[in-house]
Amino acid sequence: MSLGQLPLRQRARIVSVDWDALAPREARRLREFGFDEGVAIELLHHGPMGRDPIACRVGRMTIALRRVQAAAISVQLDTGQ
Amino acid sequence: MNPMPLVALVGNPNAGKSALFNALTGARQKVGNYPGVTVERHTGRVSLNDGRPIELVDLPGTYSLEPSSPDEQVTRDVILGRQEGERLPDALVVVADATNLDNHLRFVLQLKSLNRPMVLTLNMIDLAERDGLTIDLEALARELGMPVVSTVAVRKRGLDALKDALAGMLGGTRPPAAVTLDADITHFQREARRIARLAIVAQPRARALTHGVDRIALHPIAGPLILLTILFVMFQAVYAWSAAPIGWIERLQGWLSETAAADLPTGFFRDLLIEGIINGVGSVVVFLPQILILFFFILLLEASGYMVRAAFLMDRLMAGVGLSGRAFIPLLSSFACAIPGIMATRTIDDPRERLTTILIAPLMTCSARLPVYAVIIGAFIPARAVGPGIGLQGLVLLGLYLFGIVSAVLAALVFRRTAAKGSGGGFMLEMPRYQLPSLRDLALGLWQRAYVFLRRAGTIIMGVTITLWLLTSYPVAPEGVKQSEYSVAGRIASGLAVVLRPIGFNNEMSLAVIPAMAAREVAVSALQTVYAIDAGDEHASAEALGHQLARRWSLPTALAFLMWFVFAPQCLSTIAVVRRETNGWRWPVFMLTYLFGLAYLAAGATFWLATALGL
Repeated sequence: MSLGQLPLRQRARIVSVDWDALAPREARRLREFGFDEGVAIELLHHGPMGRDPIACRVGRMTIALRRVQAAAISVQLDTGQ
Repeated sequence: MNPMPLVALVGNPNAGKSALFNALTGARQKVGNYPGVTVERHTGRVSLNDGRPIELVDLPGTYSLEPSSPDEQVTRDVILGRQEGERLPDALVVVADATNLDNHLRFVLQLKSLNRPMVLTLNMIDLAERDGLTIDLEALARELGMPVVSTVAVRKRGLDALKDALAGMLGGTRPPAAVTLDADITHFQREARRIARLAIVAQPRARALTHGVDRIALHPIAGPLILLTILFVMFQAVYAWSAAPIGWIERLQGWLSETAAADLPTGFFRDLLIEGIINGVGSVVVFLPQILILFFFILLLEASGYMVRAAFLMDRLMAGVGLSGRAFIPLLSSFACAIPGIMATRTIDDPRERLTTILIAPLMTCSARLPVYAVIIGAFIPARAVGPGIGLQGLVLLGLYLFGIVSAVLAALVFRRTAAKGSGGGFMLEMPRYQLPSLRDLALGLWQRAYVFLRRAGTIIMGVTITLWLLTSYPVAPEGVKQSEYSVAGRIASGLAVVLRPIGFNNEMSLAVIPAMAAREVAVSALQTVYAIDAGDEHASAEALGHQLARRWSLPTALAFLMWFVFAPQCLSTIAVVRRETNGWRWPVFMLTYLFGLAYLAAGATFWLATALGL
């Protein structure tokens, strides 16, 4: 599933990022924020209108981004912990 | 003569770099500009523990050496020794947030690949300890191959160790600047995570406090309500908290003019001093408390980390008019002053979003308009309570601010479909941890604002006031003719009044809007000067401006004057900064035209409507 579809406050992991679906500038910013395959991620908040933007925890940082960009990030819920 | 060694502070945004800079340099700071770009250059002098002086430069925060804004470009170019107006730094102090090690280490590694002398400073180590995070500094230094110190900049902890590490680094040979740049972020990121795993001894769940607060502050319903409440309290406080200090300033001003009147012989200089300088400048300085209260809130919101949350809550709304939550921060700063607001638009990646934000920033009611609003509201709106803790005057003030915001929204909608058409740049930002702002940093910020305001009062505003007093006082009118109409200024104003009379402006108001171009608050001192000269006798010139206005103006006229100031006039410094930020005269001229047009229409519509309603 994509990052935007995660249930709130459930630990998950980034499976893959479709870098080509993002503008080069956006892709670089996400890399700088630490988005990468295998990194732990958790959806924390939805925006008040249309549940957009979203805020998620990546590593020890909290990052806000829009659903359009979040759609390029595939995640998988952590199981059995 | 050898120049002082230059040391540059670099690091990610939110690493506490500026706090460290403040802690190291104290008040010995200089703010300048890099040539050709509008990026501020902050430098200061620091004495090392052995007494050697060094020059410290605080570079703009950046996540990597691949710049996406003019600020980040300056950082990269200084580090590589390519920046005009800056020599190659002899050493770097890399500031990293101890609680966000794996991410900040990536930038440290990228910098390390440049082979410059550098020290790593783990800042905010106290917060890491509070979180239960334990970091093995020796392991970190070993893995990175550079000295590592820990600091708590806001409490001035660890500064001596940092200076010692620097002393050991300077004085040796100066390696040449790096020429190649490794831009593979992912490679550095993976290495950073490996080192972080080695160095972090204990790592509990991150930032419990911030996450707890965010669950309320970013709640879909509670969040926007909290934001609205904060804005409401902020604007009420501008009135409620300022009453006492304004009284003190007024008493001081009264004492000064009485003393001058009693001790000086009658004549030109006494009149100039009392009517032109003391009362003219005094009528502007009296607003210092309100301006400081407004800046206090903005600095507080910024330093506490709440401003970014506000951007998050506002993003969808801003997206509706073709902007992003990022534009919210410059626009909110513009409530203090459009100039820092317009400069803050540099953080907006997308050029068209940025241009739109610049064009609408002057519609955010800046603090220089506050004196005008305050004096008119004080004179025409009764100080009545319309509810517990809600005053009618504060409500009208909030209304004027909201009207500016609504106009800005509409203007943005139009611009994003016409002058600045194109797809948006999206919204991505880091939400830093909440922090209790340090009182010292707040006080320093407020002091800088007060200083800028008082310097303006003592230079531009005083100069304009004196000129206006002279132009209004001469030539002396014969018996039976109003001085303000007979004088040079009166004749200029009566020419302008032909245009402004249809929207309800009298001659004195036409006269006041001209010098308000230099600085908006001058409108108040201009009215004060004009009425003082007309009154002639001392009794009337001592009468508060508000009382005089209430006696002389009709309510529709006063409301039209308020509306005029929602849109115009632009102060000269705003026009200058727009020209600089947009590289040319095209956009400032465009902005001036559209704002004057709107000002005229809005003032006119208000006047006609209010007259028709029989107000």
